[in-house]
Amino acid sequence: MPKDTGIGASDKRREDIRFLTGAGHYTDDIKHYGATTAIFCRSTVANGIIKSIDTSAAEAMPGVLAIFTGADFADVGGNPAGWLINSRDGTPMKEPKRPVLAHGKVRHVGDAYAAVIAETELQARNAAEAIVAEIEELPAIVDMAAALAGDAFVHDEIGTNQCFDWGWIEDNRAATDAAIKAAPHVTTLELVNNRLVPNAMEPRCSIGSYDAGNDSYILQTTSQNPHLTRLLISAFVMGIPENKLTVIAPDVGGGFGSKIYHYGEEALVLAAARKIGRPVKWTADRTEAFLTDAHGRDHVTKIELACEKDGTFIAFRTETMANVGAYLSNFSTATPTFLHGTLMAGNYTVPNVYVNVKAVFTNTAPVDAYRGAGRPEATYSIERVIDKAARELGIDPIAIRRKNFVKPDQYPFTSAAGLEYDSGNYDALMDTLEKHIDRDGFAVRRKASEARGMLRGLGLNAYIEACGIAPSNLVGVLGSRVGLYDAATVRVNATGNLSVMVGAHSHGQGHETVFPQIVGEMLGIDPASIDIVHGDTSKIPFGMGTYGSRSLAVCGSAMVRATEKIIAKAKKIAAHMLEASADDVDFKDGQFTVKGTDKSVSFGEVALKAYIPHNFPIEDIEPGLEETAFYDPANFTYPSGAYACEVEVDPDTGKVRVDRFVAVDDFGNIMNPMIVTGQVHGGLGQGIGQALLEGARYDDDGQLLSASYMDYTMPRADDLPFYTVDHANGTPCTHNPLGVKGCGEAGAIGSPPTIVNAVVDALQSAGKNVTHIDMPLTPLRVWDAMQNA
Amino acid sequence: MYAFEIERPGTIADAVKALQSDGAQALGGGQTLIPTLKARLAAPDVLVSLSAIGEMQGVCLSDDGALCIGAATTHATVARDAAAHFAGLAHLASHIGDPAVRNRGTIGGSLANNDPAACYPAAVLGTGAVIITNTRQIAADDYFQGMFTTALDEGEVITEVRFPIPQKSHYMKFVQPASRFALVGVFVAKYADGVRVAVTGASEEGVFRWHEAEAALSADFSPKALDALSVDADGMIGDLHGTPAYRAHLVKVMTGRAVTAAT
Repeated sequence: MPKDTGIGASDKRREDIRFLTGAGHYTDDIKHYGATTAIFCRSTVANGIIKSIDTSAAEAMPGVLAIFTGADFADVGGNPAGWLINSRDGTPMKEPKRPVLAHGKVRHVGDAYAAVIAETELQARNAAEAIVAEIEELPAIVDMAAALAGDAFVHDEIGTNQCFDWGWIEDNRAATDAAIKAAPHVTTLELVNNRLVPNAMEPRCSIGSYDAGNDSYILQTTSQNPHLTRLLISAFVMGIPENKLTVIAPDVGGGFGSKIYHYGEEALVLAAARKIGRPVKWTADRTEAFLTDAHGRDHVTKIELACEKDGTFIAFRTETMANVGAYLSNFSTATPTFLHGTLMAGNYTVPNVYVNVKAVFTNTAPVDAYRGAGRPEATYSIERVIDKAARELGIDPIAIRRKNFVKPDQYPFTSAAGLEYDSGNYDALMDTLEKHIDRDGFAVRRKASEARGMLRGLGLNAYIEACGIAPSNLVGVLGSRVGLYDAATVRVNATGNLSVMVGAHSHGQGHETVFPQIVGEMLGIDPASIDIVHGDTSKIPFGMGTYGSRSLAVCGSAMVRATEKIIAKAKKIAAHMLEASADDVDFKDGQFTVKGTDKSVSFGEVALKAYIPHNFPIEDIEPGLEETAFYDPANFTYPSGAYACEVEVDPDTGKVRVDRFVAVDDFGNIMNPMIVTGQVHGGLGQGIGQALLEGARYDDDGQLLSASYMDYTMPRADDLPFYTVDHANGTPCTHNPLGVKGCGEAGAIGSPPTIVNAVVDALQSAGKNVTHIDMPLTPLRVWDAMQNA
Repeated sequence: MYAFEIERPGTIADAVKALQSDGAQALGGGQTLIPTLKARLAAPDVLVSLSAIGEMQGVCLSDDGALCIGAATTHATVARDAAAHFAGLAHLASHIGDPAVRNRGTIGGSLANNDPAACYPAAVLGTGAVIITNTRQIAADDYFQGMFTTALDEGEVITEVRFPIPQKSHYMKFVQPASRFALVGVFVAKYADGVRVAVTGASEEGVFRWHEAEAALSADFSPKALDALSVDADGMIGDLHGTPAYRAHLVKVMTGRAVTAAT
């Protein structure tokens, strides 16, 4: 039975009250006295040489306070890539400088080459239009294959458009090649994982302030990880000492990955604030969001699955081109490699896996992690080719997956792609899925659809992902330039309520509700008396922020460890108050008791004693009750799931309607089922969006054709079905204290292949020889595929 | 957005006068113009809002049985007030954009703009309606002159649209997935003297009549009557969301569905 309080209870999200009543405080809501506005001049061409920039007319315009161009930042550092990837031949990846403002060349439409600071937004926009930039347009490098083959480069100084040529696991290459050569059956599929625009509801916004009195800066910005942003600005880009820079990420209206990264606009507003001695604010408009937020996905892949005639998998081999865009965003090199290649064994005991990824520079917006980040690309490739193989071999799509699943007695299981899965039960998930989907009734439903002129298809999928990132020692070996621990400080106030300062950042995830449920249960106190403090580097310990479904598994674990320290110290204080030995004191439901007696003190009494330490063993115990813990996970966590959906395709128009969708997930232990369900719903919405609706499309000139909501299709409520979501049968994670795995990205990982598998099934039912359609499966693409089949 | 002045006249006469000043631009519901201004793609000196003109508001029946709609009437009002008289038109109005669009956008604004993917042009051309301006009456067949181009003169204001009410009609729209404008929209109207079929969203020339379908449906008002017909893809719009061949195909599909659904 679900609990009504504490861990496992569906407490309502306390933060929603302010979000839903307009009482939230987003960056753009912040009004500083004397604030000024920054507006950027952005390239309208994808590739060009900056011949000259004439700012003289703009400088003379009303309200203009300062103008910056790339030359002003030529001597400061670049925005770095967070992971060093080595190519198969051992050479390090190419890392061209990513400047604050473009200097010498512009490299994508939207690349900023100048900025105006003025008293008002209107004045800044007018002056930005008066800046005359002479830019010699060069042919755009857009297509990845052409970029690799051509002799024109996005970055002339590196002499290639290939960032790296990565093999995983390189030592397995020969064995995998040999296994495929000798296999009785090989299924090959070429597919595109479509480029997506993140589309957070709140556009990016940054405010820089400078205090000349103590030579310090404050950056208020839309970030998922303020400490990481501060570290990047301090150590790499601007050299502002960390102790002189506070980064604050207040309420943030969605990130989905796009607000992990440090962007040049953040550096610009800081530099400008110092120069003019006043706060400087920049708020992106929606067009800037489309053109300059780091995009997601954009892989072109050929995958081969070798198997026995009975469907036993022998090998997966993939060759992928991954678009990194014009510059390396902070995690852009990790996403297509260690968050992708390491998952290419899926949920399966397949003995051979080899992955080759070539990362390619193009004259397009930078591409980086977006909800799922590499794992959706892996799952899509694997689960599409499995579906095709099952059809070719005449094997049931569930049976072929079950035949190859890792079995419950095989954990810990080291996959052929090198990860050690700690727990899971994929057959149990598939059992639950089969209970939900009424597969026996499908034939009747298909007939009913056909009677209405519609084609019905059933799509199935099993996924695994790796999240809760990540063990610092492991990622350090793999090239990460940062650690991926997190941190929490639990401060018990004198009157018994708590402030918990966490490194994770909540921008839709519900930390403010769930984290107090956990601490409250551990301390036996009301969660309502606990508040989470996050998003301000001057208040929180050095944590790495929120992405990769890591907040609970990593930061939550730090919070548990800190709370354990609180309990240990409180026990000592209680022992003194109870005149007993600490070993004889038990703590349960908020009460400290002496074993075998009826003597007790409450947690609140101990807290008061800690801060008013009269009659206190000051030689043995420090006053106060505040503890910090850092937590570095021992492994990734491995959520997994089994998904199914049914679609109807209108053969006359190609329109796909998702009729029903079932998501069965293993997230380990569940802290708040309602919030987990909400996270799954959101992920499914974005995954179905990728499958059917969303696609960022550049033309040959590098112009983004889908640069507004007139052409970029966001999922709306009426595009989505009612979901059946089941996460009741998790297998606990074995290596973190809560046994949790992470639920933020799963829906976006598991749903795209489920949808595409269903549409292919629908078309096959009409005798159409359609084996694949690239996402998004728009009506046009589905209709076209039917005409050509 | 650039800075501009705004005027809100209360009569058609005052609006026409205000529009004579240099750099003046009429503002209907603003569903196209305001985003254009925000993107700095237009820089009028004066916006003349037509939304406060009482004589341009509302839906009524004329003595000769036509449905008369004031040009400043919102889509939401048409959807509500035309329903009892002309269900096909009310249905069309109720499916334009979303509630926010329908509560601001106006029929006159839509027709003056003549977006090639707008819905109203299909109803106006599909019924042979009459566009009434401050100076004259314009037949639908003369009014639409290509994408974003109409018979309106500089400073001329649409004040009213008069629709002959058909025996049966329907509008069938296949939406462009992102904008939800018509990728292809077909208005079919059956009158005692024949059937009219108008297509929006599909052609590079804007809204057009599909004469072959009109003839076939006038003889036999059923989807089967279209079986032998096909639409030429030449001149159809090709973009991210539809090739010319796809749009041409959809014209026939949507026409058939409009006939089936006509009431």
